[in-house]
Amino acid sequence: MEAFEYTQAKSVDSALGAGRSKSSAKYVAGGTTLIDLMKLNVERPTAIVDINPLPLTKIEPSPDGGLRIGAMVRNSDLANDATVQQRYAVLSQALLSGASPQLRNMATTGGNLLQRTRCYYFRDTAYPCNKRIPGSGCPAIEGYNRMHAILGTSEHCVATHPSDMDVAMMALEAVVHTSGANGERAIPLNEFYLLPGATPEKETVLAPGELITYVTLPPLAEGTRSYYLKLRDRASYEFALASAALVVHMNGRRIHRVRIALGGVGTKPWRSMEAEHALEGREATGATFLAAAEAALRTAKPLRDNGFKVKLAKMALTRALQVATQPA
Amino acid sequence: MAKTPQLVTPPSDSSAEETRTPPGEDESKSKSPGFSRRSFLTQLGAAGALVSAAPLLHTAAATETIAETQTAAEAGPAGTVAFLLKVNGQEHQVRLEPRVTLLDALREHLQLFGTKKGCDHGQCGACTVHVNGRRVNSCMTFAIMHQGDEVTTIEGLAHDGELHAMQAAFLEHDGFQCGYCTSGQIMSATALLKEPCGADDDSVRECMSGNICRCGAYENIVAAVQQVRGHQVGG
Repeated sequence: MEAFEYTQAKSVDSALGAGRSKSSAKYVAGGTTLIDLMKLNVERPTAIVDINPLPLTKIEPSPDGGLRIGAMVRNSDLANDATVQQRYAVLSQALLSGASPQLRNMATTGGNLLQRTRCYYFRDTAYPCNKRIPGSGCPAIEGYNRMHAILGTSEHCVATHPSDMDVAMMALEAVVHTSGANGERAIPLNEFYLLPGATPEKETVLAPGELITYVTLPPLAEGTRSYYLKLRDRASYEFALASAALVVHMNGRRIHRVRIALGGVGTKPWRSMEAEHALEGREATGATFLAAAEAALRTAKPLRDNGFKVKLAKMALTRALQVATQPA
Repeated sequence: MAKTPQLVTPPSDSSAEETRTPPGEDESKSKSPGFSRRSFLTQLGAAGALVSAAPLLHTAAATETIAETQTAAEAGPAGTVAFLLKVNGQEHQVRLEPRVTLLDALREHLQLFGTKKGCDHGQCGACTVHVNGRRVNSCMTFAIMHQGDEVTTIEGLAHDGELHAMQAAFLEHDGFQCGYCTSGQIMSATALLKEPCGADDDSVRECMSGNICRCGAYENIVAAVQQVRGHQVGG
């Protein structure tokens, strides 16, 4: 690991000041992604701004009846929060299905939004990688790609977004609040992530030095159910091969409103409006679920080793729909 | 070497310790007569079954030696920063580069070898310690980020020569084979007691999933944890 300058920020303003002072400065919160990648020389910041003292640790009601989550709220605290468990179950379930208890005690809400891919070519500096060194090539496309993405890929990058939390947040239509050189802004999560396209090194719309301060979740209509289903190689402590996050409001046996996001299959947490359109206004039947799954995966581009993900993602979605829409 | 369980530092660890010593560190150690990492470990090994309680005494002595060396050095090498680390209730003045992880600070600078380095990437759990009462991977955080925090390592669990109930349960149920993952397992297991975790065995397995045991002592680890929680195994 390369040496770096360390500063500690006690306020958002001082964090932003320190974040601006060096172009390669990085904020560190839980450290579970950044420090891991620094040890691999994938991340080589010359300055680290420790934002752990920032007073962004509350989970509180927002004025619109939703929830406001501080960027420094740890994954374990968010997962075990009573309001989250009651009203936003999908978020708690997604968080508890990710990483280990130790890592969840460290990882933060803001940090998880910026979690980097587990693509082994990205993590190994012996290989080229367009995300790491733009223009150097992508060995995953012709290489070992069982874990890689089938949705949102490009000829430059097929790296999977690894997060569970972000998939749930996507289905909950979360909004990311930031502070930066140009003041504060609110970014709908669905507009937060960028597809790799020709610039896989750019993963989000965040400007250099811009800091995530809060995430807000809109209120859900009374009776809304939500659910996260994760399929993986092991029973625990493993990234998703395919996962589905659902937020659904029923009107009798008819699906009134549904929000769907898939994990483990996309280059970003994958909101599927196609599946939502195939479900809304229709009766909750197996045939409807299958049609929604087909719609969600219609644009999938499987590679040599990950063709199974197409079927697995469809099964994850149909199974999650069965569970979330079954009569109480 | 004694064949009795090495709860904190298995004898086989000594070679690994030597190879991991950074260049130049041996030189500073040799200035402290009567103490070297090798002899320290030999004492631990010879202590056999008592070893789990013994590190408290030995490490206290070791820490003093290091602290003296550092004060004498005054301004440290370029790039180092002086700060306080509170470990097992004791404050230590350290002077470290910001890139030193909490794990390396504990092992290489405070001579607390109970905490193990396994994967060094947050995947195996061997480095688990408590920070302000919560379990974390000490390899995935910088020591300098923990000024003002209360760090507890395996050496801080026993009190007045009495093992923590979880340490005793691991001994009773043979919750280890080679012992390398054991301190991390026990630090996770003691933290688990204060966390929301279901009563049955599967819940324990899930809550302990961040700690890998290559020897496969999982059944006995679950038994030890369930005993301390007052639950029946097989639930």
